[in-house]
Amino acid sequence: MSMHKSLPAVALALAFGTGTALAESPGLGKPITEADIAAWNIEILPDGTGLPPGSGTAAQGAKIYAEKCSSCHGDNGVKPAQGYLPMVGPTKFDRIDTMKTVPYYKYATTLYDVMRRSMPYPMPKTLTADELYALSAYILALNKIIGENDVMNAETLPKVKMPNADNFIIWNPEKI
Amino acid sequence: MSKRRHGGVPPVEAVAGNGLLDRRALLGRGVILAGAMGTGVGTSLTGAAAEPLQNDPWSLEMGAVVPPYQVPSRFEKGVIRTRSNPDNEFRNSHARTPHHLLQGTVTPNGLFFTISHSGLPDIDPAQHKLVIHGLVKQPLVYTVESLSRYPMVSRMHFVECSGNSAPMFSNEPFQGTAQALHGLASNAEWTGVLLSTLLEETGIDPKAKWLLAEGADSLGLHRSVPVKKALDDAMIALYQNGERIQPGNGYPMRLLLPGYQGNMNIKHVRRIKLIDQPAMSFYESKTYSQILPDGKMWLFHFTQEVKSFITHPSFGQSLKGPGFYEISGIAYSGNGRISKVMVSADGGKSWAQAALQAPVNPKAFTRFRMPWRWDGQPVILQSRAWDEGGNVQPLRAEFVAARGQTEKPVASPLAFPNQHYNSITSWGIDSSGGIKHVYA
Repeated sequence: MSMHKSLPAVALALAFGTGTALAESPGLGKPITEADIAAWNIEILPDGTGLPPGSGTAAQGAKIYAEKCSSCHGDNGVKPAQGYLPMVGPTKFDRIDTMKTVPYYKYATTLYDVMRRSMPYPMPKTLTADELYALSAYILALNKIIGENDVMNAETLPKVKMPNADNFIIWNPEKI
Repeated sequence: MSKRRHGGVPPVEAVAGNGLLDRRALLGRGVILAGAMGTGVGTSLTGAAAEPLQNDPWSLEMGAVVPPYQVPSRFEKGVIRTRSNPDNEFRNSHARTPHHLLQGTVTPNGLFFTISHSGLPDIDPAQHKLVIHGLVKQPLVYTVESLSRYPMVSRMHFVECSGNSAPMFSNEPFQGTAQALHGLASNAEWTGVLLSTLLEETGIDPKAKWLLAEGADSLGLHRSVPVKKALDDAMIALYQNGERIQPGNGYPMRLLLPGYQGNMNIKHVRRIKLIDQPAMSFYESKTYSQILPDGKMWLFHFTQEVKSFITHPSFGQSLKGPGFYEISGIAYSGNGRISKVMVSADGGKSWAQAALQAPVNPKAFTRFRMPWRWDGQPVILQSRAWDEGGNVQPLRAEFVAARGQTEKPVASPLAFPNQHYNSITSWGIDSSGGIKHVYA
């Protein structure tokens, strides 16, 4: 609930002050190149930054989903196991407790990102770039957000128009 | 002595409806407190004298040898966290703090709440690394050992899941303890290195507006944090109440963002990347975005707003007859210090100011206390907190008008109908001393 007022922004200056006051920084961080961070550097940003080469379709994704996803998330994205999310869900959010699944996301890149870093749950970070594009296409098509034959790749995925995208408001822009 | 107690001290006057007494009866005026307690004992229903004292068995034999790491008495075996996944199913799990069985403000490490989305990783601290990269001048890698040589700070801060108190979105009051309702918040002394110290070493490209923080857990759980917050009071915490952070709370290091929703305080943090846009991670895009009654959704509701609830007395306890009781509870705000807590015993018709236990730390639990003489009639106890930023805990009607409630009653504390509930909690006490959760 946004019944708040901002506190004076002196804390920011203080934080800088504290750092500056350290006449001698311990300097114990070891330099590393971005190339050597690559194995961890896996996030996908909403504008598509980070998306790897590759592509996939819903038809390809259906096979991967049946093999690697459906045991938890349910056949065709519905009726998941207890404690797991369905992949198909409401596109209208007219109750405060409406179930939020893929159609809730503001950006389609979120789907690719979460599968890339977290899925499949028992063996995360094992899906290939092509598998991830194919699964993205399959799940977006199941929700009728894209067409059955649309190809997902680094160019098309960030451009997918999500059905709920225009309904988000930033809670308190001053705090960002 | 008893003559002086009963004869020399004027009775404490009620300062609000249904027997709330002046808070100064508790603090700084011990004689008055003794007088109030004396009155309570004198008017208790039992009124019987104590039995003659005898030596118990433990006073007549040697006890157990001290263990290397001590645990509570076996008689305290009921003071434990309640768990969402007691059968160890292959899914997420969480455990809640038993506020109604604790006192003071520090949550013992074994009772600190945990939410784990993919189990507790078994991290070797000698192998763990933290990299800071992206829009920086020089990417750097830190280890537990290297961070241990940095200047550290110790600060009391609460951590609260933004889904805490979510059963209170129910249109009918969910019957549960303060643990079931509010157990996804805990408070500890955190010790670690300010993130600003490390960012000074890496340097920050002015284009950086956000940082992505990511854990070493199997989900690689990640959240976006404004750089402004990172330079304010963010910490890479290594210690929790003096010992290394518990596995369920982020071993061997976590990002601590005082006052921000729990999920952003990335546990097992291994990567911080400065970026020019929010990452729109799974958790910020979905779970921790709130649907509003008008069909809009909030993004980036980071701050845990001002809140309080009474822990003593509360659901799961009962009053043993009329007389003196101390009402006490917890107040906290992600905006800063608690400035005031008001307590009502008549469902909000009248209020009296509670005593705040010092020290009152910013973005930390504050214990409030209120002396009370119960006359045995039905009452409704409530607390309402203010913080130093002038923010006030909303009344339920105000909160529901702004944030809504469910159409059907919430059946389980494991349901999370929405997020960021910070309205007041009401305990209804009947004439037999039974306590229910009510809306008032």
